[in-house]
Amino acid sequence: MSVKISVNGKPMDVAPGLTVDALLTLLNVKREYTAVAVNREITRKTDYGAVMLSEGDKVEIVRPMGGGAR
Amino acid sequence: MYDTNLVLGGKEFTSRLIVGTGKYASMDVMRDAHEASGTEIITVAVRRVSLPSGESILDYIDTKRYTLLPNTAGCYTAEEAIRTCYLAREAGLGEMVKLEVIGDQRTLFPDVEGLLEATRTLAREGFTVMPYTNDDPVMARKLQDAGAACVMPLGAPIGSGLGIRNPYNIKIILETVTVPVIVDAGVGTASDAAIAMELGCDGVLMNTAIAGARDAVSMARAMKLAVEAGRLAYKSGRIGKKLYATASSPLEGLPDWTS
Repeated sequence: MSVKISVNGKPMDVAPGLTVDALLTLLNVKREYTAVAVNREITRKTDYGAVMLSEGDKVEIVRPMGGGAR
Repeated sequence: MYDTNLVLGGKEFTSRLIVGTGKYASMDVMRDAHEASGTEIITVAVRRVSLPSGESILDYIDTKRYTLLPNTAGCYTAEEAIRTCYLAREAGLGEMVKLEVIGDQRTLFPDVEGLLEATRTLAREGFTVMPYTNDDPVMARKLQDAGAACVMPLGAPIGSGLGIRNPYNIKIILETVTVPVIVDAGVGTASDAAIAMELGCDGVLMNTAIAGARDAVSMARAMKLAVEAGRLAYKSGRIGKKLYATASSPLEGLPDWTS
């Protein structure tokens, strides 16, 4: 049994009860200078371990990138 | 000559040149260009992490040395821009933001209605808001009233390299607002940056002019010198413009060569 979510627009099957923290570990994403939003709501870093992902959740993981200036 | 520092959000900066992180040939070139520019503030976009997660731009920016300025480039509504700022803050990028609400894809001119709305909201939420705006003095005043920490009028369209197309409007903006005025966008070469500073602007923000130059690192140094030269010339008080010549040497004491 797995849960279908999307991460940065890409579909992903994950284990039920997976937390944001576990997802970041699974994806090998550094925590520093990274922010996460689930279904458009920003997840606080302190809540990463508490927020569990469920079917249909849309996860956005962002960080600074080059660009956006003149 | 004595000069004050650029103050933004209670922080003082000696350098008046703000630079970007886009379009560089490589991350190594970017790092060297940042060094050569003497900048203290570097603007970064906020984007989806590429998966699998790889190299980060912050491997090439010393965050202890530079102040990061997250921007909302690519946002077309106030709501998107506001969300991006919240994400940036949550990511630990601080509360100073370069606010862009773009109104048109082809010109990348700002949507000033959305910009004003987002400025008001973000300023209330404690952000140091640095809005990218057009060269309209009335809008500059409205942004200041909405709580903007500075105003950043464009010199010309983003990435165009056309220079300061309307120096008179920039001059009027300088007389209209009390917050710092930073020219954002349009600079093509060093003289453009110098002109902005000679007008009395408090700083210049640029990316493409450096990143897109054949030698980005030496152009970064050229921009550093231009911003410093322009600032110094402004502070020094230039001479007035006259139509006819005024001799530099005294007319008395000329020898008589008439026979």
